[in-house]
Amino acid sequence: MSYVDPITLLFASIFTSNILLANFLGTCSFIAISKDISSSNGLGIAVIVVLVLSTAISWPILHGILIPFNMVYLDLFAYIIVIAAVVQALEMIIERVSPSLYMSLGIYLPLIVANCAILGVVLFMEIRNYTFFQSVVFGFGSGVGWWMAITTAAAMRKKIDKAPVPAGLQGAGITLITMGFMAMAFVGFSGILRIQ
Amino acid sequence: MSTPTFKQVFRANLTYDNPVLVQVLGICSTLAVTNKVDNTLIMTIGMSLVTGFASYTLSWIRHLIARRVRMIFQVLAITFYVVLLQLILNAFAPEVARSLGPYVGLIITNCIVMGRTETFAPANPPLISLWDGITSGLGYMAVLLLMSVIREPLAFGTILNFPVFPPEYVSSGNNWTIMIMAPSAFFLVAAIMWAFKTRTLVKAAAKAGGTK
Repeated sequence: MSYVDPITLLFASIFTSNILLANFLGTCSFIAISKDISSSNGLGIAVIVVLVLSTAISWPILHGILIPFNMVYLDLFAYIIVIAAVVQALEMIIERVSPSLYMSLGIYLPLIVANCAILGVVLFMEIRNYTFFQSVVFGFGSGVGWWMAITTAAAMRKKIDKAPVPAGLQGAGITLITMGFMAMAFVGFSGILRIQ
Repeated sequence: MSTPTFKQVFRANLTYDNPVLVQVLGICSTLAVTNKVDNTLIMTIGMSLVTGFASYTLSWIRHLIARRVRMIFQVLAITFYVVLLQLILNAFAPEVARSLGPYVGLIITNCIVMGRTETFAPANPPLISLWDGITSGLGYMAVLLLMSVIREPLAFGTILNFPVFPPEYVSSGNNWTIMIMAPSAFFLVAAIMWAFKTRTLVKAAAKAGGTK
């Protein structure tokens, strides 16, 4: 694949290839958490941190161990263990260093292991053959894109709560339609540049 | 808790407890793989098998795992079956494997698999857990096939790559490009959910009216 410079990649991963609205990753926790702005914000920030750390750790494992020893078919095992370990370590560090942050963020951390956005980004990193620096930038950009989408959606859901929604469409239904409109807005960015 | 029968499990997973429409799980892949019918078929069959066998395995060892460390066992068992599935796909259907891209690997974090192995398998014997996993997959398949059967003809004019609309439909540029893109998936799944939930509500109202 041709080389994409990091600034383009950062922009693309936030806007044109938004991990949630264009690649549909991390939708489950998105629907569950976006009811409330402050939890969305907390989870969004946690996702950014976990994404940067797991891409930074997975890249050396892929290129230093799996590819030289011809064990690429074990990639999924390696990645899932890295993600679980990063989340666990982060939880312990935050608990020691900043108990107040732990109180506000702590309960969302375990949720991240089951968030497909993390594994998705790591798999995209492998499929698209990114360099180390590109991977970290892509991880960061995707995290920012996810954080932005979830806080925006939480703000919109607050308004929707007061609106007369048909009984059958309440809850997940109207959230999905809101996301559809957000995705349409993001399609507007797609002419600017593309990463595949 | 008594063990439900095979028939009860089948009905629950396909209708009133459908994993996609009612439990709102596994939405990520629901949205991502439904723009082609053949991708959807392979993905959902794989998903059913993985859920079934992972539930079966975890149900066998349910008395041996301490509650605190069960998460890592679940993830490793699921990963094992997904790796098997990926190797099989790469060997027998390389083009499909390529077009599904990362989404096969993402079955690991699919909330349906996690949900079934977390709630059903630890409380029930192996065989019924296997059946529960497979029928959850079938419930997921039903919704996804419905979506892809709507999306593929409108986007590419074909079903399973057989043309259903005249070739001018695509060549004249009148095809619905939005059906290829992300937003249509959100709208479609919301519409199906709406129809389904309204039907459930109407039924419940009729029942309440009848027993009065």
